[in-house]
Amino acid sequence: MMTAASPLLNGRCPTGPVADRWQKCKDELKLVSPNNKRKFEIIVVGTGLAGASAAASLSELGYNVKAFCFQDSPRRAHSIAAQGGINAAKNYQNDNDSVNRLFADTIKGGDFRSRESNVHRLAELSVNIIDQCVAQGVPFAREYGGLLSNRTFGGSLVSRTFYARGQTGQQLLLGAYSALMRQQHVGRLKVFPRREMLDVVVIDGVARGIVVRNLVTGQLETYAADAVLMCTGGYGTLYYLSTLAKGSNVTAAWRAYKRGALFANPCYTQIHPTCIPVHGEYQSKLTLMSESLRNDGRVWVPQKAGDTRSPDQIPDADRDYYLERRYPTYGNMVARDVASRAAKERCDAGFGVGAGGQSVYLDFSEAIRRDGEAAIRARYGNLFDMYQKITDENPYKNPMRIYPAVHYTMGGLWVDYHLQSTIPGLFVLGEANFSDHGANRLGASALMQGLADGYFIAPYTVSNHLATRKLEKVTTDHPEFERCLAETRSRTYKLLNINGKRTVDSFHRELGKLMWDYCGMSRSDKGLRSVIQKIRGLREEFWRNVRVPGSGNELNQNLEQAGRVADFLEFGELLALDALTRAESCGGHFREESQTKDNDTLRDDANFCHVAAWQYTADDRDPVRHIEPLEFNDVPLIQRSYK
Amino acid sequence: MSPTMSLTLKVWRQANPTSAGEFRTYKVHSISPDQSFLEMLDVLNEQLIINGEEPVAFDHDCREGICGMCSLMINGQAHGPERKTTTCQLHMRKFKDGDTIVIEPWRAKPFPVLRDLVVDRSAFDRIMTKGGYVTVNTGNAPDGNAILIPKENADKAFEAATCIGCGACVAACKNASAMLFVSAKVSQLALLPQGQPERTQRVQGMVAQMDSEGFGGCTNTNECEAACPVGISVENIARLNREYIRATVVGLT
Ligand SMILES: Cc1cc2nc3c(=O)[nH]c(=O)nc-3n(C[C@H](O)[C@H](O)[C@H](O)COP(=O)(O)OP(=O)(O)OC[C@H]3O[C@@H](n4cnc5c(N)ncnc54)[C@H](O)[C@@H]3O)c2cc1C
Ligand code: FES
Repeated sequence: MMTAASPLLNGRCPTGPVADRWQKCKDELKLVSPNNKRKFEIIVVGTGLAGASAAASLSELGYNVKAFCFQDSPRRAHSIAAQGGINAAKNYQNDNDSVNRLFADTIKGGDFRSRESNVHRLAELSVNIIDQCVAQGVPFAREYGGLLSNRTFGGSLVSRTFYARGQTGQQLLLGAYSALMRQQHVGRLKVFPRREMLDVVVIDGVARGIVVRNLVTGQLETYAADAVLMCTGGYGTLYYLSTLAKGSNVTAAWRAYKRGALFANPCYTQIHPTCIPVHGEYQSKLTLMSESLRNDGRVWVPQKAGDTRSPDQIPDADRDYYLERRYPTYGNMVARDVASRAAKERCDAGFGVGAGGQSVYLDFSEAIRRDGEAAIRARYGNLFDMYQKITDENPYKNPMRIYPAVHYTMGGLWVDYHLQSTIPGLFVLGEANFSDHGANRLGASALMQGLADGYFIAPYTVSNHLATRKLEKVTTDHPEFERCLAETRSRTYKLLNINGKRTVDSFHRELGKLMWDYCGMSRSDKGLRSVIQKIRGLREEFWRNVRVPGSGNELNQNLEQAGRVADFLEFGELLALDALTRAESCGGHFREESQTKDNDTLRDDANFCHVAAWQYTADDRDPVRHIEPLEFNDVPLIQRSYK
Repeated sequence: MSPTMSLTLKVWRQANPTSAGEFRTYKVHSISPDQSFLEMLDVLNEQLIINGEEPVAFDHDCREGICGMCSLMINGQAHGPERKTTTCQLHMRKFKDGDTIVIEPWRAKPFPVLRDLVVDRSAFDRIMTKGGYVTVNTGNAPDGNAILIPKENADKAFEAATCIGCGACVAACKNASAMLFVSAKVSQLALLPQGQPERTQRVQGMVAQMDSEGFGGCTNTNECEAACPVGISVENIARLNREYIRATVVGLT
């Protein structure tokens, strides 16, 4: 294992006081002259918050932009599903919030595994995001006087979360989408929906284009550009069951990895504490119940293991409000990883409720008594409806039953302070990069990061790339495009011709279960070693025994999925290897060997206060682990506590 | 465990946009009432693949009723029998053991079938390019609280803005009218101060594009509202009509 800082990983973080670094960086960035901008082509893959905001902003600056997504419309990117809200250090509530406090909360929330420079910039930009979205007509919740309203999210003691009922992501994405549509009208941007990126084309060491599959015709297409931005979201669907959209994938990131982009901290996955529990073998996805519910809902299990009384028959004295008991300061508002593990601990100890004892109560009865049902409906109506539709139970009458589920991935392609990967010209934004959330993301901060990256960072840093690098004109006739195209074609051909006995979905389910059992909320040296072998076995079987019907020249959803699962079968191994090598607990990465006596994460700062970024070598060789050390000068490196 | 169901499915199969489609009949068994409609189709597809047949293509992504990707006419109803529910959130407990279920794509000229149950809804994006936005470049915005918006207007704008763009309104309408979709966006921005400067061009541009895409007129049968999975109200259509008249009278001034 490499322990020294890797020369490959120059974070390019400016020096000097943390609060001045972004300004300093901006001052040094080079500009493209207005007349030259129209000569540059930029590819943006992904139209979620990160991609749509970047594509629109770059096009507004005068660049020619092509935006790609696999859905039938850019408006359907999975950002649309974000529920609870977006953080901003506006201090509108006069509760002594500030950029510094948001910065410190986020560093601490990430369990001291993120870069101080990036996180401070994120906190600074948070305030501009809200202004931008309001100007676009995003209908945030308001008070009677017409001012913006806020709620509280986990890992924080102030009220800084802006929201649009339970549909914040939808409203923010539709705002960014509207900017995208406007630029399409202006003519400097074109959207290519129903396209799946299958490779990135690197020429003379610089990213110069992509290979995509047209999902309607099946044809492979190539596009050349002067910069490529990947905004392709998270890879939580590796676990099969997750709160992500079914089409979410690691494919775009994995292809970039195989072309030389380093993959950072893949083992940092977030298991969200409040999701609707699994209820059957046939289940295809899990549904989140927004963290905002913890503002009014109290989490509990019965005091006595195996208490089968219905929840309304269990008096307060016989209930264990375990979060309030264990973490009196933050109570139900502890960070996500802490809340998830606490739920698992209670269920594993036999105190869980519902079928199989695999859930805990999230109870609103006190809030409903206090504020009335109408007030609770106004705050969370759509979430309560969704719960009822799925479970057929009325959460206004009975407490919700919840259990943790895979929700977000903090890991992603390694990027420097410019959001550029180790492949020059390849920028990575939003959930697809690794940069700001360390080992655990606080609620309401992914939307903030996606939009900060897209609206306010990439437009400057991508311009700098275009202004400073000598970029020869490249077209898709270049042999490297031909080579990537041929490789993609042969992979497709291979998948279609295995003609085995098992469906793609059956492999995905099996892989997901392996990942959940061995690489989910709790991980051990022994389990990780064994799961790596199991994944290899499954991958080998896949390439021998999968059945992908149909052809490559038509709309073929099974082929799309087969490509994604094939990549997951490789990526899952890297994730497990990363988890194995990081022999400490931090944030969402809980190694059983490294815990406090209260079952909380125990970091090993002496050996692991760093980013681990993996470099692909060859399919049959182990990847190389590189290190970017992390320093904490502005937020003291201490054991995190929500007590 | 609640008892499971056996069902007969009559599914529209069409290989590509130009081929003639047809209904084919399939049986599925052991369907749990807690399964979602799409999870029931997953079962069908697994079965088809194992039997060497091609699975049924259908659009979906979030499977939680927000992305607007799923569609389906289920027994002649857009998104099926349950009100204010997308197909992905429809659960099999709404059906009975032994039922026959007819499953078709959205049927509307501006939404051509691409394959089986998948249709092309890009006409909606083209309507949006003609005014479904506020012209504000990144970086130009005043402080969020500099624009005061009475809660009532903010709430109404929000309700219009919750449209998921699925196209059920068009599929449910005998004229294939897109008025509910267009009115939701026009209303959201007409209700907010940010939308005022471009109020006239917006409604004119979006309506002209809607017409040129071949969507039909509105004859007030309110089928769109009944089919809408998020409850967009036909009040918005009335507002769209007012906005359109106003724009015509005021012209581009
Ligand atoms: C249910 C849920 C609720 C959430 N709630 C909150 C919340 O309240 N607050 C918060 O801050 N965060 C929340 N999050 C997290 C947050 O929504 C996401 O992290 C964020 O929206 C990701 O945005 P993105 O732009 O990076 O990616 P996405 O929105 O996932 O977009 C990915 C884009 O990439 C495209 N794409 C992917 N792969 C390919 C490919 N191979 N080829 C072509 N295109 C591709 C897709 O088409 C899509 O356009 C929530 C997440 C979930 C799942
Ligand atoms: S799949 Fe997203 S709304 Fe149904």
